[in-house]
Amino acid sequence: MPDYQTFEHDVLVIGAGGAGLRAAIEASAAGVSVGLVCKSLLGKAHTVMAEGGIAAALANVDERDNWKVHFADTMRGGQYVNNWRMAELHAKEAPARVRELEAWGAVFDRTADGKILQRNFGGHRYPRLAHVGDRTGLEMIRTLQDHGIHQGIDVHMECTVLTLLKDGDQVTGAFAYDRERGRFRLFKAKAIVLATGGIGRAFRITSNSWEYTGDGHALAYHAGAELIDMEFVQFHPTGMVWPPSVRGILVTEGVRGEGGVLLNSMRKRFMFDDIPDNYKTQTADSEEEGWRYCQGDKSSRRPPELLTRDHVARCIVREVKEGRGSPHGGVYLDISWIRQRLKNSEEHIKRKLPSMYHQFKQLADIDITQQPMEVGPTTHYVMGGIRVDADTQMSAVPGLFAAGECAAGINGANRLGGNSLSDLLVFGKRAGEYAAKFARDHGAGAINSTQIEEAARRALEPFERSDGTQGEGPYKIQLELQEMMQELVGIVRREDEMQRALEGIGRLWQLAASVAVIGNREYNPGWHTALDLSNLLTVSEAVTRSAIERKESRGAQFRDDYRSKSDEFGKINIAVRKNADGSMRVLRESIPEMPVELKQVIQEMG
Amino acid sequence: MPTATFRVWRGSAGEGKFVDYTIDTAPGMVVLDAVRRIQADQANDLALRWNCKAGKCGSCSAEVNGMPKLMCMTRLSQLPIEQPVTVEPMKAFPHVKDLITDVSWNYEVKKRIKKFKPRAPDADDGTWRMKQEDIDRVQEFRKCIECYLCQDVCHVLREHDMHQQFIGPRFLVYVAALEMNPLDTEDRLEELRDTMGVGFCNITKCCTKVCPESITITDNAIIPLKERVVGKFYDPVARLVQLFRRGKSGAA
Repeated sequence: MPDYQTFEHDVLVIGAGGAGLRAAIEASAAGVSVGLVCKSLLGKAHTVMAEGGIAAALANVDERDNWKVHFADTMRGGQYVNNWRMAELHAKEAPARVRELEAWGAVFDRTADGKILQRNFGGHRYPRLAHVGDRTGLEMIRTLQDHGIHQGIDVHMECTVLTLLKDGDQVTGAFAYDRERGRFRLFKAKAIVLATGGIGRAFRITSNSWEYTGDGHALAYHAGAELIDMEFVQFHPTGMVWPPSVRGILVTEGVRGEGGVLLNSMRKRFMFDDIPDNYKTQTADSEEEGWRYCQGDKSSRRPPELLTRDHVARCIVREVKEGRGSPHGGVYLDISWIRQRLKNSEEHIKRKLPSMYHQFKQLADIDITQQPMEVGPTTHYVMGGIRVDADTQMSAVPGLFAAGECAAGINGANRLGGNSLSDLLVFGKRAGEYAAKFARDHGAGAINSTQIEEAARRALEPFERSDGTQGEGPYKIQLELQEMMQELVGIVRREDEMQRALEGIGRLWQLAASVAVIGNREYNPGWHTALDLSNLLTVSEAVTRSAIERKESRGAQFRDDYRSKSDEFGKINIAVRKNADGSMRVLRESIPEMPVELKQVIQEMG
Repeated sequence: MPTATFRVWRGSAGEGKFVDYTIDTAPGMVVLDAVRRIQADQANDLALRWNCKAGKCGSCSAEVNGMPKLMCMTRLSQLPIEQPVTVEPMKAFPHVKDLITDVSWNYEVKKRIKKFKPRAPDADDGTWRMKQEDIDRVQEFRKCIECYLCQDVCHVLREHDMHQQFIGPRFLVYVAALEMNPLDTEDRLEELRDTMGVGFCNITKCCTKVCPESITITDNAIIPLKERVVGKFYDPVARLVQLFRRGKSGAA
């Protein structure tokens, strides 16, 4: 048997961003013992990078807002392949989750009458995002962290889960290693919540950090859960493009919410050229009207820069492809122009977008109060993930729950900005609540030692090839995968290219099986990268197979060979499941009929 | 683009040596890019922390040419790269490996500080009302990304190793954010004087200088906290006023 330390918790939460922390807080408040596993240090998860805000129909800025408008906006943005029950719960519960954050110490920006201030964002009809300048994610994760540390949660920092353990159908624990010493850990648990975030590292240009290798997606898939909507990968329209070292770093949509405009090389506001039919009645006719909207005029409609992310990203790609891009292959995003309209524009921009000002000044020598930024799409978020029950967040595997980015359903084919932070809170809470309930209702299952031995053996194998005479290095394999996915399964997709990607993934599986690492088990990032490879390959394969199966363009999936939307595909989700022989099965699953009340809500909202 | 040499500290638990790595530079490169390139091409097992690569998470703290810096926000163009650039771990915390230090002490300190305790809500729906100008100061403190560079440079911790008596600038800022939050009703002044050791800070402002978020740690957080402690425990006039007030509220 391999050496390992054993820890026992009623509920084990894997991942400590917004969803994981919120789940841990809820489970522990329900009176069960909770372990929280973080891949990095506590408080450093990707939630910290969220900028714009938390979408919740508080109606503090525009009294016309309510859950119904938020629900309808979310479904429209997701092109109606969302899980409508999740979208409903999310819209109804987000306001209470935001207020709760304030009770735990979050300090949001204020309206003139002292309430939580809300800002405009893409696809949201009214100003809806509770925010703190452009560092909302930091405020959120710190609030949850500082509240959570007094709840008696056992935090396991810098620890990565290798595999989930099962007894029959039910999940009974997880086998992991700590980064610092490279020792194995066995976590026994009655229920497990996956909250591991996204898959951004499967692509070369990404706003995601090294951590986002699809761990939760892959753990759940190999444990028998289903992944759905994996073809829907969100390319955020505005990442930095220059200099090369910052390529992909996020530029918040808040820039456009505050009046920033997108321009091509002829200095034309190209977003006015292509407004999708289903947004025409909600979009401004003129630049003047768009500006009035950003200034809070309730009779105006939003500027086309605030259309959904999938659409804005594609328009940018079109401008670049047709030769109207900026020098480094992007377009211009200009907020400095507002000095024509506002007397104190410089100060205004620095107050509303402090970290953007800072980021461009320090990393690109650009003063955004005076000059336009150069921006282009960056891999940002995956709408797809573990299929869960809308109310409880439990997957098909008894005792295995998922919340946040690694779970799927709420966003459909495209996520609206701001709906992620609220998703983390609403469904993090629900996952924690129902996982605690599950733990109370069920005993601990048995731990299968064969599974542990197998996981430990596989984890240590790369060291046996460390003499350098055999096996490829982990970083090289990772980079090759990233470049291939970027090139062949990116914003614009074609079947022949994606078939080539599948062949490439097959080849990279073989290389990954003989990956070699140097050094020892102590804090060895090369080893960690090698161990993450199989997760990355699993999710890359899921994305590619699902994207091939959906023979239409919808939301974040744009097929050059099927350029329009199809009614048939509007009624289904694409799912992947693991076959008994280890291969990946692709299924088409029909979306349940929406109840009449919700259909009415959508109709009312036009 | 020219090449540059990085002299990186390699080793475990304090034992180690500088190792030179030469790489090709690229436009706009930051130190984190350079170190990650070394890791990918020349030293796969080089240990470092990083996450956001945009100055928002506070993971990649290190000492670059002897200065406490976030590696992700330190451009090569700001450094004399014709000479080797030294990259070392922070010094105020126990060394683990290469650029990694054990920062767990910080997490323990934070846990000891009394949590936020809001007053009763102002409105029936359970919400509060605050003016923006009343929270500007607190929001400045809440910009902190917990990179611990201020802890690293504070001589009370770095040279005098007083981790048991002094919580350091990061957590004085944390306490200030709680104490100055208009909603908070908790009192932390006694601990500030005793277990948190606010008196050990002698206002050299080194912490303020290295803060990547430009928080005016000393002037806006630590000095006002010192004044509050003095006001409460040492100022005879203030004590008299306090007694008087207490008497009045007792009578009412």
